[in-house]
Amino acid sequence: MARTTSRPLSPHLTIWKWGPHMAVSIMHRVTGNGLATVGALGLVWWLMAAAIGPEAYATFVNCATSPIGYLVMIGLSWFFFQHLCSGLRHFVLDMGAGYELRTNKSWSIGVFLAGAVLTILFWSYIFFGKAF
Amino acid sequence: MGTGTGIGRVRGLGSAKEGAHHWLAQRYTAVGNLLLVLWLLFSLISLPGLDYDSVVGWIANPLVAVPMMLMLVSIFWHLRLGMQVMLEDYVHDKGLNFLCILLLNFYAIGGAAAGIFAIAKIAFTGTAE
Repeated sequence: MARTTSRPLSPHLTIWKWGPHMAVSIMHRVTGNGLATVGALGLVWWLMAAAIGPEAYATFVNCATSPIGYLVMIGLSWFFFQHLCSGLRHFVLDMGAGYELRTNKSWSIGVFLAGAVLTILFWSYIFFGKAF
Repeated sequence: MGTGTGIGRVRGLGSAKEGAHHWLAQRYTAVGNLLLVLWLLFSLISLPGLDYDSVVGWIANPLVAVPMMLMLVSIFWHLRLGMQVMLEDYVHDKGLNFLCILLLNFYAIGGAAAGIFAIAKIAFTGTAE
């Protein structure tokens, strides 16, 4: 968008005190685009490797189960659960509910907690699953 | 055009004739992702193993291949819409924005096609248990 750079802009991001609702909002975008790129490519890589054959699949498994691979998979699962929870928050907001300041703040904090708890439960089941 | 009531003007009668389609499709595919990706994650952690034979045998089952294909459609459609919004917000140059949306379309359709083809190949040539 063309604009005259000598003219001042109205204050925007820099003047607001950060709150949970702002953090959950930008995290929705960050997690969504992370999943859309790294997550979707990883999923297609996994499927393609399985379709190509045992050797290609072994390469995928080697990468996925390396320390960096686990870091990426744990990160992606957290991104997924975080995006899922903030997405559900969007459905509530779409209905016109949950805009009261206190409600909005507590649900935003709840989204972060739920995203983290679901990720921990998911990986606890994978690592210690048979004990449950 | 309506003869003057406010509701008449907004019921699909604006210059674009529509407006909520992108927003609604984002929600429809969000529900699709919610169901299908959770199904994938729960399936993966319940499989006896994630080695080549287990995974190929599992995907070859039609009751797995079909939801998996639907999941790819839902995921890539949803990310196509979401990344479009992100690009529209951050890439202000008209020409560059056009190029980004063009590449996004290639990515979304290409990625979905690759994933669906992989599933189809496994389903048609793999060995269902």
